[in-house]
Amino acid sequence: MDLNFSPEDLAFQAEVRAFLKAELSPALADKVRHNKTLTKEDMVGWHATLNKRGWLAQDWPKQYGGADWTPVQQQIFDDEASAAGAPRIIPFGLKMLAPVLMKFGSEAQKAHYLPRILDGTDWWCQGYSEPGAGSDLASLKTRAVRDGDHYVINGQKTWTTLGQYADMIFCLVRTGTEGKPQEGISFILVDMKSPGITVRPIILLEGTHEVNEVFFDNVRVPAENLVGEENKGWTYAKYLLTHERTNIAGVGASKAALAEVKRIAKAETVRGVPLADDPYFAARVAQVEMELDALSTTNLRVLSSPDAAASAGSISSMLKIKGTEIRQSINDLARRAIGPYAMPFVSEALEEGYNGEPVGPEYALGVAPDYFNNRKITIFGGSNEIQRGIISKMVMGL
Amino acid sequence: MDFTHTEERQLFKDSVARVIADTYTLDARNKAAETDLGFSAEKWAQFAKLGAIGALFSEEDGGFGGAPFDVTVLFEELGRGLVNEPFLATAILGGGLIAELGNAEQKAVIEEIIAGTKQLAFAHGEPKSRYDASHVETTAKKSGDGWVLNGAKAVVLNGSAADTLIVSARSSGAAWDEDGLSLFLVPADAAGVARHSYPSIDGLHAAEVRLDNVAVGADALLGAEGKAWPAIEKVIARANLALASEAIGAMEVARDMTIEYLKTRKQFGVVIGKFQALQHRMATVLLEIEQARSSVINAAGRFDGSRVEREMAVSSAKTLAGKIGRLVAEEAIQMHGGIAMTWEYAVGHFAKRLVMIDHMFGDVDYHVARYVALSKEAA
Repeated sequence: MDLNFSPEDLAFQAEVRAFLKAELSPALADKVRHNKTLTKEDMVGWHATLNKRGWLAQDWPKQYGGADWTPVQQQIFDDEASAAGAPRIIPFGLKMLAPVLMKFGSEAQKAHYLPRILDGTDWWCQGYSEPGAGSDLASLKTRAVRDGDHYVINGQKTWTTLGQYADMIFCLVRTGTEGKPQEGISFILVDMKSPGITVRPIILLEGTHEVNEVFFDNVRVPAENLVGEENKGWTYAKYLLTHERTNIAGVGASKAALAEVKRIAKAETVRGVPLADDPYFAARVAQVEMELDALSTTNLRVLSSPDAAASAGSISSMLKIKGTEIRQSINDLARRAIGPYAMPFVSEALEEGYNGEPVGPEYALGVAPDYFNNRKITIFGGSNEIQRGIISKMVMGL
Repeated sequence: MDFTHTEERQLFKDSVARVIADTYTLDARNKAAETDLGFSAEKWAQFAKLGAIGALFSEEDGGFGGAPFDVTVLFEELGRGLVNEPFLATAILGGGLIAELGNAEQKAVIEEIIAGTKQLAFAHGEPKSRYDASHVETTAKKSGDGWVLNGAKAVVLNGSAADTLIVSARSSGAAWDEDGLSLFLVPADAAGVARHSYPSIDGLHAAEVRLDNVAVGADALLGAEGKAWPAIEKVIARANLALASEAIGAMEVARDMTIEYLKTRKQFGVVIGKFQALQHRMATVLLEIEQARSSVINAAGRFDGSRVEREMAVSSAKTLAGKIGRLVAEEAIQMHGGIAMTWEYAVGHFAKRLVMIDHMFGDVDYHVARYVALSKEAA
């Protein structure tokens, strides 16, 4: 047992810090820290900066241009980048599609798509959920029918995050209706510019346009865009859901968010005394900090354990549940910390170039929207109830 | 970073686990708890022979371990077996204080502790001190070359079995000053010492101790006069690390018993583990125990760092052990239903121990407040 970073890890940490200092603009960091709206250019630009350094695909093997970092290195980067206010890495191409292509894709698919993910040519989005298929994903109805060299897709996807920017979408579609619902699903890659695709925004409760509905009306997709075998898509999707483990706990982002809560609590005063010194508030902060400190170790412990691969599913479930619960309790602390200034809803003030009159302290602007926005994290990617079901079955055999 | 134990430590852990699994029964443990001694002398000797007591002392002091992870590894196994032999009172607290402060002559007793032939108790807490470890009203007055002690000590673990009491007393300062505290080695049968011993609800033994003009010699003083606080704080931190580890072992047994019960108990024609209302709560139990384990690893890993780092990590581990221990205890009883309410069924005894661990050396509220205070020191 040794909780200390190795000399190599410490050197790596210094390298990451130097990189962030040189490459992350204060203006961008300020946007991230105060939950302001990031433009597409902000996100694409940060990807390009990381890619130039070879640090975009952190867990990809070297042969595909990845950094092949250890879990410890990934956590070091995550901690440092989050603390510095770096934008998050958009996961759809890098962390969700790429592992599936590497494992199940054809050589041609790997050669074509992986470099384009790295250099930003393709922005990917995820076509999983449907209006009638949420937690019960296997009940999805979007159909793909083979027609010569093509599949013809009809149906609707929803909750498509940042689909408004996407060049490509990876979809689960129904190609068979026999046997269990899971058995007739295929995994297919679709160009968003294909005729017959319509993207319609969904405005979220805090007023942002983050997710979309995507409609498919006789969309013709080349058959070579099928990943792996027809009707085996569920296996690939499950692989994808369990593969993304290293960042699922969101430890770095939660540490940064908790640090922001502490900054706010020092600035807010009650009869001249900082809120941070209010025993009740301080006790709540302390308890979240203890939980987060433990989660950070849980994260590294399970990811570096020799049987991690065998129980990948239950591990990601565990990290997801605890990570999202902690994050939401930090959002709750932030919301309470700013008091009545949680109420003003001046969403323009969160946009780039806003010159209007400020309302309340700058740190308060994005707090309530972020609190509401982050209700999503216990719902998406398999709700926490679904995750508890997975633990019940996989670990406890109930 | 490395989350595996050394081979040697793993072997030790396995051998303790095996002895407990093969020879230690809950029934015998509960019967021993009702005796005047409060535990089994035979088992204590067996643990000594196994090297389990010596594992808590450094080689320098005649042991073969003493590192923070030796403490966590051993106590986790003790928790699994619900062992009530006095590892905490005699080795961690008593032995720990002597190892921290004793002179060569005083340290000679460590050999006997390791051999299992000497029992100690730390007579420290008082009727009004609750968990405040520097609140000592017992007085020490200089008398000739020696000292005269007066006061009352509360819930002294292993107080009845102890051959020697380590008594904290104040020779200067106000009731809860950290400065002015001294420790004295007092023979349990010294004139003026009165002990009223009793079992605890979780199967241990403790005593209320009165000190009425107890005269001790100059050689009874452990460490420097009035300067015992740093050692007291550190040894209590070690006790809390041990307790949090013990809790993990007990939690895992309660968890496994409950999962097994969910798989076998039938109601409405199905095993109750098929009910989602129970599955989801059980999943929470499972992942929270991993959190408790991580906080213990953090505390052990940071134990030899700065004082503030050590104390924050220990308070964090004890807080999670308290919270999650309670969760596991209450959920184990609730999900078992009526059977868990019986003395005969084992899970209730694990639940009692888990809940009582929160009452030793600071509960959740105490450690959260302490963590806040320490955070300010760290800032």
